[in-house]
Amino acid sequence: MIDFELSPRLKGTQKMLRAFAEQALRPQARKYDEEEHEKPIDLITMVHGFMKGGVGGAMGGEKKKEEGGEKKEKKRSEAQLTTMITVEEIFYGDAGIALAFPGQGLGGAAVQATGTPEQKEKFLARFSGDKPVWGAMAITEPEAGSDTANIRTTAVKDGNEWVLNGEKIFVTSGKSALEDSEGFVVVWATVDAKAGRGGIKPFVVEHDTPGMQITKVEDKLGIRCSDTVSISFMDCRIPEDNILGSAEVVDPSKKSEKGFKGVMATFDATRPLVAAMSLGVGRASLDFLKQTLADEGLEVRYAISPNRMTAIERDIAEMEADLKAARLLTFRAVWMLDNGQRNSLEASMAKAKAGLAVTHITQKCVELMGPLGYSRKLLLEKWMRDAKINDIFEGTGQIQTLIIARNVLGFGRDKLK
Amino acid sequence: MLSFELSEEQAMVKETIAGFATDQIEPVMREMDESGEMSPDLVKTGWELEIIASCVPEEYGGFGEGPSALTGVIAYEELAHGDLATALHICAPTALAYTVLLEGTAEQKTALLPAACGEEFKAAATALIEPRYSFCPSMIATKAVRDGDDYLLTGQKCLAPLAAESDNMLVFATTDPGAGFAGVDAFVVPKATKDLVVGEREKNMGLKALATYEVTLNGVTVPLAAKVGGNEGIDFLNLLSRSRLALAAMAVGMMRRAAEHSRDYAKERVAFGEPIGSRQAIAFMIADMFMETDAARMLVWEAAWKCDRGEEFANDAALAKNYAADKCMKVCDGGVQVMGGHGYVRDNMPELWFRNSRAFSTLEGMVMV
Repeated sequence: MIDFELSPRLKGTQKMLRAFAEQALRPQARKYDEEEHEKPIDLITMVHGFMKGGVGGAMGGEKKKEEGGEKKEKKRSEAQLTTMITVEEIFYGDAGIALAFPGQGLGGAAVQATGTPEQKEKFLARFSGDKPVWGAMAITEPEAGSDTANIRTTAVKDGNEWVLNGEKIFVTSGKSALEDSEGFVVVWATVDAKAGRGGIKPFVVEHDTPGMQITKVEDKLGIRCSDTVSISFMDCRIPEDNILGSAEVVDPSKKSEKGFKGVMATFDATRPLVAAMSLGVGRASLDFLKQTLADEGLEVRYAISPNRMTAIERDIAEMEADLKAARLLTFRAVWMLDNGQRNSLEASMAKAKAGLAVTHITQKCVELMGPLGYSRKLLLEKWMRDAKINDIFEGTGQIQTLIIARNVLGFGRDKLK
Repeated sequence: MLSFELSEEQAMVKETIAGFATDQIEPVMREMDESGEMSPDLVKTGWELEIIASCVPEEYGGFGEGPSALTGVIAYEELAHGDLATALHICAPTALAYTVLLEGTAEQKTALLPAACGEEFKAAATALIEPRYSFCPSMIATKAVRDGDDYLLTGQKCLAPLAAESDNMLVFATTDPGAGFAGVDAFVVPKATKDLVVGEREKNMGLKALATYEVTLNGVTVPLAAKVGGNEGIDFLNLLSRSRLALAAMAVGMMRRAAEHSRDYAKERVAFGEPIGSRQAIAFMIADMFMETDAARMLVWEAAWKCDRGEEFANDAALAKNYAADKCMKVCDGGVQVMGGHGYVRDNMPELWFRNSRAFSTLEGMVMV
């Protein structure tokens, strides 16, 4: 039966997180936007205390282990849905601070998706320790963004070690993971440059590993509380057991859930969560605008014909519909995941729609608030800057559209570039 | 608990109607648009889907438990996925039937519902829309004035479907001008009533197979009993919202059809040595079509779900309808564009969908879930 009702447990979580977002995150939002590269340590410690890395699930780590990865029976759970609601609410508070929350992040998600039970135990236990710890993931290179098959960082086996060489950029929470805590970064590198995607493997590199160095901390348009770094690897040696999954070069044309296809499957889980991030920021902007207008006595008449609405009513009605549509598409993608269904198409639809809708909504809210919107006295301009990242990271809007198009047309990468 | 799964009954409804669309509508829809004549056989078979009878309780001649908005929107999407004119024709009697079922007095239900559940299709028109650019259902100009034991109806209506062949017409008029939605009432007016003039059949841009009419009410006198709901009147916004859901669902069906057509064409049509779908300029348009179709459907489903739970859903239904109407036009425009010149000629379907899709921004109240 079609049902849009959240369980009482989830509604409770949602309410609690909304209060937390408004009381703990929102008041600090401006400060950590202005003071880029600073972090709200007290808040982070507090969050770690009651969530023990659970919010890190925000970036995809929450998935409960199904050992062996085999889906024997149709699973019904609310794990992804819970994460989506969590993400949406804390991003309603502040996107920058939310992204700086400790936890396993994308690095942990990669370990979850491709690691052995022993590796999961070894690498993930730290996130529930006493101190906040971050996990990070390094895929992007100066010459390889969405084009991940073009990765040039190399991993060469030497005795019982792997030797990594190369340069990674745009690593979210890289500094937090490697310098500010005892975390790790999952580095994607090729073991056989001629093999293309089939040769690309994930490696866990621990903090303080010699040969690894953070070379740059990016100054950004938004989400300034979250650190984004470049990392260089120069003869960086790691234990042979730190490769996640098999070292065997796989033929990409073969259907395999391991290796690179496995990574792409992780994105099916993380993309709806990036959509949820957008939704939180979009909601914050639209709520603020509507409240301001309501305070001035303007009531939006949603039910009258559009041709009788004022321009501002029409704008608001359109934004509401866009945001709601994006949210429902995200619910669907997450629900499919929780029910053991493949959701690549739906995950990309959710992210494409949410990323674009919220990019537009936050811009429109600044516009409609006139000089107040443009001023840094209010958070609207910040939300507009923060929101833009959601149309970029975890695959740009264009990449999502490409994935949707390939799915719909039934064309592989050979037929639709 | 969150779920996107159709019930067994809904899945069956969907499948049955999809079959009807493919087997019955598909072969005749172009011809009907060219001739402007709805196929009587098609209407007969469509009526056998028992869309109304399955919603009306046994005591009034059906075998249902009241209309489910969710099942309704699933059914209507499939019908319009076949053809919009056909969908509107077959569903036209729903507006009067559901208005009476949901808001009518016991006498009105007994008098009017059995005919709506009969074995033969029985047309019943709805006169809501008025011929002026600024029309809005909250500002209806047609007046209903109490005159002793009667009401006097005066005004001008248009886009009343099947008005010439209907025995009864559901006329929306205001009993309290200036009160917005709350001031609107519905009257069941027999076609033979004096001073009710059904004009010439309208010539519209699209929906050519659907007969619509201008209707003039020159001080039409109806008894108090003609007012739906008696003294209580009706919850007009609720009915209007149910009609918006019906129309939005049909827009989703059309969008899906145009998107699928574009997809299939783009895979086959070769230009510059490869299928045009291999070019991002085309492929991205098609991706958007599918994404917006799904987005609109989600809005429709959620609003329908709220409706069935008895929650406030008027704003949700309006958002869903306006969104679906807007995106339907864009998607159907894309459907022409993907085919280029071939989309512009009447040998192919996209130009028909393009004309039909423009109707949604104008249509209100014509059909209901």
